[in-house]
Amino acid sequence: MSILINKHTKVICQGFTGKQGSFHSRQALEYGTQLVGGVTPGRGGESHLDLPVFDTVAEAVNSTGATASVIYVPPFYAADAILEAVDAGITLIVCITEGIPILHMLRVKAAMAETGALLIGPNCPGIITPGECKIGIMPGNIHLSGSIGIVSRSGTLTYESVDQTTKQGLGQSTCVGIGGDPIHGMNFIDVLSRFQADEQTKGIVMVGEIGGGEEEDAAEYIKAHVTKPVVAYIAGQTAPPGKRMGHAGAIVTGGKGTAAGKVAVLKAAGIEVVNSPTDIGVAMKGCL
Amino acid sequence: MNIHEYQAKQLFKDYQIPVPEGKQVTKPEQAELVARALDGEGWVVKAQVHAGGRGKVGGVKLANSLKEVKEISASLLGQRLVTQQTGAEGLPINSLLIEKIYPIKRELYLSLVVDRASQRLMFIASSAGGMDIEKVAHETPEQIVSVPIHPAAGLQGYQCRKIGFALGLKGAQLRELEKIMTGLYQLFLAKDASQIEINPLIETDSGELLALDAKINFDDNALALHPDIAAMQDPEQEDPKENEAQQFGLNYITLSGNIGCMVNGAGLAMATMDLVKLKGGLPANFLDVGGGTTVEKVSEAFKLILSDPEVKAVLVNIFGGIVQCDVIAQGILAAVEQVHVTVPVVVRLEGTHAEQGRELLAKSGVNIVAADDLEHAAEQVVALAKGR
Repeated sequence: MSILINKHTKVICQGFTGKQGSFHSRQALEYGTQLVGGVTPGRGGESHLDLPVFDTVAEAVNSTGATASVIYVPPFYAADAILEAVDAGITLIVCITEGIPILHMLRVKAAMAETGALLIGPNCPGIITPGECKIGIMPGNIHLSGSIGIVSRSGTLTYESVDQTTKQGLGQSTCVGIGGDPIHGMNFIDVLSRFQADEQTKGIVMVGEIGGGEEEDAAEYIKAHVTKPVVAYIAGQTAPPGKRMGHAGAIVTGGKGTAAGKVAVLKAAGIEVVNSPTDIGVAMKGCL
Repeated sequence: MNIHEYQAKQLFKDYQIPVPEGKQVTKPEQAELVARALDGEGWVVKAQVHAGGRGKVGGVKLANSLKEVKEISASLLGQRLVTQQTGAEGLPINSLLIEKIYPIKRELYLSLVVDRASQRLMFIASSAGGMDIEKVAHETPEQIVSVPIHPAAGLQGYQCRKIGFALGLKGAQLRELEKIMTGLYQLFLAKDASQIEINPLIETDSGELLALDAKINFDDNALALHPDIAAMQDPEQEDPKENEAQQFGLNYITLSGNIGCMVNGAGLAMATMDLVKLKGGLPANFLDVGGGTTVEKVSEAFKLILSDPEVKAVLVNIFGGIVQCDVIAQGILAAVEQVHVTVPVVVRLEGTHAEQGRELLAKSGVNIVAADDLEHAAEQVVALAKGR
């Protein structure tokens, strides 16, 4: 088992024929992902990477039976792409695009509220179930099928966690990068609850960073509902207040969203918090 | 992106939000002329810098005569203002806002922000205006009222009245507040703001509401949609290195330490800074070279780090996903060819093409310490920065 995706998941790509879409689709196919086609408006009927290209997501869903979509379209068109996928009945939407205006995302979230569709991202590396299905931009080769669920706001820190749990021989059940934007899809709790319910997952790595209050909410949730061991790391101890640290959502404002505050709340909830990002793998192994 | 108070107030006027009568000036003589034309018995001279806390450090001064307006203006213009929100160097005062003084009965607070928890735009108001609102929220949360706005329904009248009654407003003031809130909401949506704050919103002796201060931040991700807003950018109010980085599409933030950091990914960049601190060093900067990076970008990033005279050692930390480690190595070598590198450089490469990257650096003959893991790399760079 795994969460959200497995070897049976059929995936389409929006922005399929673009540079990013092409590159990462090729990588996904090499990894073994069941990528079954793509969407580029105006290029329906063509073939790309030996797969069919459709004009609309609805047509792609009808012909291929895809349930998941990965989005590589430019920022000002991404909200449109997400909502088109929702409208076509896609149940898992993974938006990699970075730089979407925040007002676009507020509207997307409000429009998605009444649907059952799940959104991962935007501004995220995507999701992978090692050995089965890779949707996103993460390097496939560092992963190992195993027992650790990883959820993170940062792409490269997900890779660090993956690398360390691989080197410890633990491997990963599923890794989810929820993204660095202030307004985004699935949050820590959405993913944690699924890891808790998943039989393959024996331990959980949670990587947070400064800004917002989702780590604090997750701490409360873990205390009440998660019985599996959780190792957490929070990036941004040395980040100056009022400065956006690369990610649009990584900012300490008015003394809120500090790393120290998040670490304190997580520790108070009985969660193992590591001070150094290099200790994640060892700490996880120690908890099992 | 930040803009100046005088620019924010112009936008307020465009959206029917009442502001004090006033004008921006760049010369003391001009200040006197403006004050004369404004009439009245007193004026306020406000330094235009991109930082809060101006009042506490002499950046906002009252003048009782035209002569005083000119004197104060002359004393401020050309100086640098250091507030709790600026670095020790402060920010240059290149212009002033001269305004008429109004008799203040009460100071209120009103802002419109993106609330991450409710995923809505949210008005926040308080009758305790003119103060640090975070402090008010912390110490007396009952003095804060907040109203989230549904994006489909938009701002409703009852929501304005809720805030109005909470602020103790009456009669015509309630309609005035609704006008102000409607203007703020429209401005926020039309220009892709990320935060608008009026602190204080004053009630004058005659009962009028006025935005005495105005602060607007804009969503950087949407700036390309608003050339009029982008044109308001004032590079002199920003860190020169951060400006330069922006031109190359790099995320760079100046810090006060002496260990330069070049990392891919915002999260890993923060984690690298933290690790340097944990090992007893202090990072000189935050720098994310980003996902789709090129040799040129890496080379510019490296030069940028070295241009800081405080930097005593450099740590390069790359976990190659999309970023290929050999591209990073080529970028470093290209930079080394162009500038004279006198400080030690520690490099940790992991992930895609890490082997090729390490090989390139090893063969180059450049004085680079190759670290096999991140923890080691951090320890080494801290020791080297201390001259060991």
